[in-house]
Amino acid sequence: MESEPLMLAFCCHYCAYAAADLAGSMRLQYPSNVRVLRLPCTGKLEVNYLMTAFEHGIDGVIVAGCLEGGCHFLEGNLRARKRVERAKKLLAEIGLEPERVEMFNLSSAEGIRFAEIVTEMSQRVARLGPSPLRPDHETVHRNIQQMTDQAEAALRGAKHDCCRSQECA
Amino acid sequence: MIVADRKNVREVRDMIKDHKRVLLVGCGTCVTVCLAGGEREVGILGSALRMSLRLLGHKEVVVDQCTIERQCEDAFIDALAPRVAEYDAICSLACGAGVQALAERFPNTPIYPGLNTQFIGILESQGVWTEKCAGCGNCRLGQFAGICPITRCAKRQFNGPCGGSQDGHCEVNPDTDCAWQLIYDRAKSTGNTAFLEAIADPQDWSTSLDGGPRKVVREDQCIAGLGPKA
Repeated sequence: MESEPLMLAFCCHYCAYAAADLAGSMRLQYPSNVRVLRLPCTGKLEVNYLMTAFEHGIDGVIVAGCLEGGCHFLEGNLRARKRVERAKKLLAEIGLEPERVEMFNLSSAEGIRFAEIVTEMSQRVARLGPSPLRPDHETVHRNIQQMTDQAEAALRGAKHDCCRSQECA
Repeated sequence: MIVADRKNVREVRDMIKDHKRVLLVGCGTCVTVCLAGGEREVGILGSALRMSLRLLGHKEVVVDQCTIERQCEDAFIDALAPRVAEYDAICSLACGAGVQALAERFPNTPIYPGLNTQFIGILESQGVWTEKCAGCGNCRLGQFAGICPITRCAKRQFNGPCGGSQDGHCEVNPDTDCAWQLIYDRAKSTGNTAFLEAIADPQDWSTSLDGGPRKVVREDQCIAGLGPKA
């Protein structure tokens, strides 16, 4: 657990998120250490999202948007690529490896490609080693426990509609 | 507007690393518009600095952040004043005027610049800003068809173009339009080319960066007893 990289995947609703869903339907195997976050478009991604993720000790980040020319909002994926490039420059200035974040393009039909991307990035980040900003093992577990407790509390609250809540949807 | 650019994270980190609590202060006017020092950029730099300090072994340094409406005016700094006592240094993401306004307001707090102030300019296209005004204090745009030869001609020529104007571009930088080509084109399109025949007088540079900081005084606007310092 301690040496397993912690990964985030910012996925576009129209392609990569559907591809991840397809990968699941196809029973494809890929590393379980990636947490998928859905965006309405990768154009929603801000450099701050990436910086905050690394500040909290994430080891690697995947940004997965539509194929170039295929963005539902015309050029959100092209903007995301530029923001990823900017984040790479900032990481280099900070002293973290820019390879820890990467932009990928795929379509919603590419479940196999999604599994490949996660595997490829997971291997790359494992080679780089854990982020030097990663909290110690106990803190990671404490954070996970807190998140689990919050999720369970939310589920117990009958009035709280998780699917509609901005915080937990 | 005033256009600025961010400093390298390491440069800012090295300025603040010996303090315990640092407040990053953004500015909501010019530098927000030129995407250098607004709320979003303050958030990014704050995150980058915290990471960089931790990697350098300065884990104890606290970096917090906030953005005020305008740093170059004392009345807007009021919003910041109650928080400053909690910090032993401020890093300002404003133009040089904003940084100095904070320095004057908080005489006992070290102030560091987070940006490099570049010039007075305009947005040319998304993500690209170009210099348009040198703030020379003696505007002669009316004489040059609305194109400033001081700012836009690499040689600051008042009687151009020079021999280096090639296909409408400057010999100093082929990516730059020749200011005198622009002046000539605009003179033609406005139907007034007569001024091109005349010799333009030299500039009176005494109104520019000369004799210390310049000052504009509007006596009718000065409040009695609070007038300009002698």
